[in-house]
Amino acid sequence: MHVVVCIKQVPDAKNVRIDPETCTLVRQGVESIVNPHDWYAVEAALRFRDEYGGKVTALTMGPPQAEEALRETLALGVDEAVLLSDRAFAGADTWATSLTLARAIEKLGPVDLIICGKQAIDGDTAQVGPGLAAHLDRPYTTYARRLELLNEGQLRAERVTDLGYEVVQMELPAVVTVVREIGDPRMPGLKHKMKAKKKEIPVLGAAELDLNPEEVGLQGSYTQVVKVFSPPPRCDREMINGEVEEQAEKLLKLLQEAKVPGL
Amino acid sequence: MDYFLTEEQEMIKEIAAKIATEKVRPVRAELDEMEEFPWDLMKIMAQSDLFGVYLPEEYGGLGGGVLENCLAIEELGRACIGVATTYAASGLGAYPILLHGSEEQKQKYLPVIASGEKLAAFAVTESGAGSDAGGIQTTAQRQGDFYLLNGTKQWITNGGEAEIYTVVAITDRAKGARGASAFIVEKGDSGFSFGKKEKKMGICTSATRELLFNDCKIPADRLVSREGMGFIVTMKTFDVSRPGIGALAVGLSQGALDIAVEYARKRVQFGKPIISFQAVQHMLADMATETEAARALVYATAKYIDSGAKDISKFSAMSKLFPTDVAMRVTTNAVQVLGGYGYMRDYPVEKMMRDAKILQIYEGTNQIQRNIIGQELNKEYGRIKETFF
Repeated sequence: MHVVVCIKQVPDAKNVRIDPETCTLVRQGVESIVNPHDWYAVEAALRFRDEYGGKVTALTMGPPQAEEALRETLALGVDEAVLLSDRAFAGADTWATSLTLARAIEKLGPVDLIICGKQAIDGDTAQVGPGLAAHLDRPYTTYARRLELLNEGQLRAERVTDLGYEVVQMELPAVVTVVREIGDPRMPGLKHKMKAKKKEIPVLGAAELDLNPEEVGLQGSYTQVVKVFSPPPRCDREMINGEVEEQAEKLLKLLQEAKVPGL
Repeated sequence: MDYFLTEEQEMIKEIAAKIATEKVRPVRAELDEMEEFPWDLMKIMAQSDLFGVYLPEEYGGLGGGVLENCLAIEELGRACIGVATTYAASGLGAYPILLHGSEEQKQKYLPVIASGEKLAAFAVTESGAGSDAGGIQTTAQRQGDFYLLNGTKQWITNGGEAEIYTVVAITDRAKGARGASAFIVEKGDSGFSFGKKEKKMGICTSATRELLFNDCKIPADRLVSREGMGFIVTMKTFDVSRPGIGALAVGLSQGALDIAVEYARKRVQFGKPIISFQAVQHMLADMATETEAARALVYATAKYIDSGAKDISKFSAMSKLFPTDVAMRVTTNAVQVLGGYGYMRDYPVEKMMRDAKILQIYEGTNQIQRNIIGQELNKEYGRIKETFF
């Protein structure tokens, strides 16, 4: 089994600011971390490998310093890491990002399973996982809490829903995004960490992926951030206190005063 | 302070600190309250390769020494010395094999200890043999290709949980101190069982239990070194393990200091944070100074031992004595800084103060450490011909 886990380096959410002019995140001077949801994806990938054999490759697109994020995953026991880095990739939306990742995955040789975190804490779109599946033309599922390999290259996944969970089955290769219920991320190991320090991490740019500059980065993006704002506060609220009956009476009175039809 | 550690040593600190903060700290109060053995944490440490930091690479370790062991212990101890004692006690059980074991014994036992697959323990203490190891009553009698062990060991850390025990027993009572020998006993050996689990003042997550030997039959090749070497093996083991107790104390002191300073900056009385009052500031200043001095002594001693030096007993005793006395003072004062809150179980310093006391007692009481230092001074100065007057 060859499992690819896609991760993202994000600014530490505790310290982010938004540039009022450009409406984008100010990254200077803010510590970068691995997107917390992606640790569950890494854990899912490692467990899948430990259970069914094979190897795990971590993949990320980002500036050169995103290499650090990849090394952190190597310290957990990830086997290989690949960095997609190119000035042309800058400003990519989820379409351009998932296209770039998809082209890279095609270059990695046979891949059986692609795992992503459920979303990134900076953009919060949850679109890159499904986008990857679309670009690769493979089946996918989201919010998985359990993954099981069946015979004949079938994957069974339990996906968390608001009401409980669903069991879905699909043919490999497939894409899944996972949630924290998949299992606590493991701690780094000393031997892995020492190896990770020296491990060579290939860097691929647009040319290596046979992508035109118009297809990637800001140029290849369909969405652009025009404005970032806090949603306006909701209208006045009034707390109703007292015993339950008392509260019900007050509420009824207020609704009648507001001329709610039927009351 | 920067102690100019190597890249590998920094990695050991980082990983141990990450485990301490993310895995140990959230559960320490519950482990203490439930007096539950920290198996989950031991598995995490094993997966992170921490059990092998001080063992040679040929036995599955990472090739470090006493300093590497101390760095891991200190970081773990910063969160909970009950958990850190459990970790360190496995090393204590491994040291006699590492220092005096045969090649076969090393090959058989060290790799499983290094991987954390099995825990080890060291058993010397008995009801009548504490500071005076000469009072050991447990006997080992040679019978052909076997030894028969009889007796009871008391207060054995990791007792019942460990798989590999290094046990000191008397092989020839007539020879006095030269009549003791060390043996490796495995959990599951016939005639070997466990007695009661002790209820303690502190480090409640750590298992402390009796070992019962009732015609316990072990193969003769479990003898460590030669017959009569038991006390030498014990003393040499403690010489390299005692800085580890110092490291537990440094970690504990740092953990208590962290909380005391953070609290003093936030707690407002008379309209000001209490850290602005000199009475509190001076307490914190002493706590920080003594903790740093203790750390420097532990690191220096560990490095000296790792250099291959022979005259290590005095420094090893110092590296246990001073930091553990400091830890008792620092944790007591941390409770004082937190006042009534510090005395409550809702805050971690109450446990830290209870935990600290054992450091002055186990692996040789601090009175015994002073004896060792005093005797070494007497010997040392006896060799010097010049006068200092």
